[in-house]
Amino acid sequence: MSIDKNAVTKIARLARIKVTEDEKEVLTKELSSILTMIAELDKVNTDGVEPLTSVVQMQLFEREDVVTDGGMQDKILSNAPEQAAGFFVVPKVVE
Amino acid sequence: MTNLTNHTIASALAGLRKKEFTAVELVDAHIKASEAARHLNCFITETFDTAREQAKASDERYAKGTALPLDGIPIAMKDLFCTEGVQTTAASRILEGFKPPYESTVSGNLKKDGTITLGKANLDEFAMGSSNTTSGYGNVINPWKRKGDNKDLVPGGSSGGSAAAVSARIAMGATGTDTGGSIRQPAAFCGITGIKPTYGRCSRFGIVAFASSLDQAGPFARNTEDCALLLKSMAGWDPKDSTSVNRPVPDYTALLKSGVKGLKVGVPKEYRIDGTNPEILEMWDKGVQMLKDAGAEIVSVSLPHTAYALQTYYVIAPAECSSNLARYDGVRFGKRVEGDNLIDTYEKTRAAGFGKEVRRRILIGTYVLSAGYYDAYYNKARKVRKLIWQDFVNAYQKCDVLLTPTAPTPAFAIGENTQDPVTMYLNDVFTIPASMAGMPGMSIPIGLSGDGLPLGLQLLGKPFDEETMFRVSQTLEDAAQFTAVPSNFVKAA
Repeated sequence: MSIDKNAVTKIARLARIKVTEDEKEVLTKELSSILTMIAELDKVNTDGVEPLTSVVQMQLFEREDVVTDGGMQDKILSNAPEQAAGFFVVPKVVE
Repeated sequence: MTNLTNHTIASALAGLRKKEFTAVELVDAHIKASEAARHLNCFITETFDTAREQAKASDERYAKGTALPLDGIPIAMKDLFCTEGVQTTAASRILEGFKPPYESTVSGNLKKDGTITLGKANLDEFAMGSSNTTSGYGNVINPWKRKGDNKDLVPGGSSGGSAAAVSARIAMGATGTDTGGSIRQPAAFCGITGIKPTYGRCSRFGIVAFASSLDQAGPFARNTEDCALLLKSMAGWDPKDSTSVNRPVPDYTALLKSGVKGLKVGVPKEYRIDGTNPEILEMWDKGVQMLKDAGAEIVSVSLPHTAYALQTYYVIAPAECSSNLARYDGVRFGKRVEGDNLIDTYEKTRAAGFGKEVRRRILIGTYVLSAGYYDAYYNKARKVRKLIWQDFVNAYQKCDVLLTPTAPTPAFAIGENTQDPVTMYLNDVFTIPASMAGMPGMSIPIGLSGDGLPLGLQLLGKPFDEETMFRVSQTLEDAAQFTAVPSNFVKAA
């Protein structure tokens, strides 16, 4: 299994990671090598097997439907790269 | 004993209770050891001043007779656990300067029991790696060296700083997390004991997430009893983690000395794979003999899907990582690199903030989850995962624990195994299957290789039966008498 440079460009865009042309060359090789390894899974017969979604067989715990936290705007904003008037600031998205 | 750093946790607690020394003295001795071994790069953030303050408080409790179960014990905290007000980086530049406004449940549990954190231990970036060479804050160096060779060796990963700190007598114990072997493999490389409990035993709340269906916290220490003491403190149900399991935490030390007579130890034939170092296979045979001599019954078992665990892992772990790491967008916390617009800001922030290995795994994860590939890769892997889980369930019909090697080689030099990512991934070939199945596992040092490096064996247990694993581990420890210490942890003047 191998992928080409166009596929790498597409995945990088989906993952929101900027990659340079040089990096794309290297990544094409590295990701192909990993995907070749992964492709060995095709040898396993999984007909009629249900996907494993959790290793722990248990019922989810239910708690009282009440507010348990909140009122900590300062704490939540304390690590923001940029904030103003109690909000996170992002680059302009609407012209 | 003149050097307080040679104590085990159990013996230090006894000494503190008997007032043979104070917590201040104990903590100071370890701070000095840390300062002398800074070249190992075990800590990303040192918290020595707070540690000294806490030691004073601990001594006051000892004086008043109100000491806590682990009062005054200096530990290293993997920098993947959020610690309130103390920088938590996950060894990534994208989180540089991040000070969590809350405490992880596991670190909080240890604090409540009186442990004192000396610093935030270095690791592979976001716990992705097997050699601690993907950290954004430099490599950790293994305190062990090959005989007659001065090359720096890796401590294993991802919990490399934690394992190196315990091995180098900087900390008496440490926290780690294990997603595919990140506690067990570094424990083996550094000649110490480490346990990954059953998935769900420790709360994941406040641990920076890598692959949520696999991540599990556990302790490192220099023997079985100390690991048992630490795990007792760390484990337990937490309403803040819906995958933590609500069942009582036993006193893990209670059964330590009850031996292995009548226990069935399984030896899986599929773990005898090509490319394993012959010395490790020899050590495995030795371990089997030790347990036989102690009265255990040895049974051969089969885990037929072992050969596919690595491939399954490299679909599921990257898939979950690509999803978990979507939160690092430069908006709410962490690094931001300004772009021309919002998307450009995301892309530049993530390109600058994540290291190579992390980017690679995010991209693989994005690919296997993308439209058209989800069934072929992700769902296929989850089906094979079910078969791997079933293998263990079947094997445990025939035995109580499994004994295998921990890693296929001893510690390697920094820079080795880097030609291709897949070569590095092979390090975890023995640890990943149990991770996929959520089973508990631990690594115990058994002996030294011909060139003087520690070799470990892995025990795997039934779900929530850490107690039996600890019993077997104690038996191996008593038989192996592993007393070697790394000789090069203090840099020659």
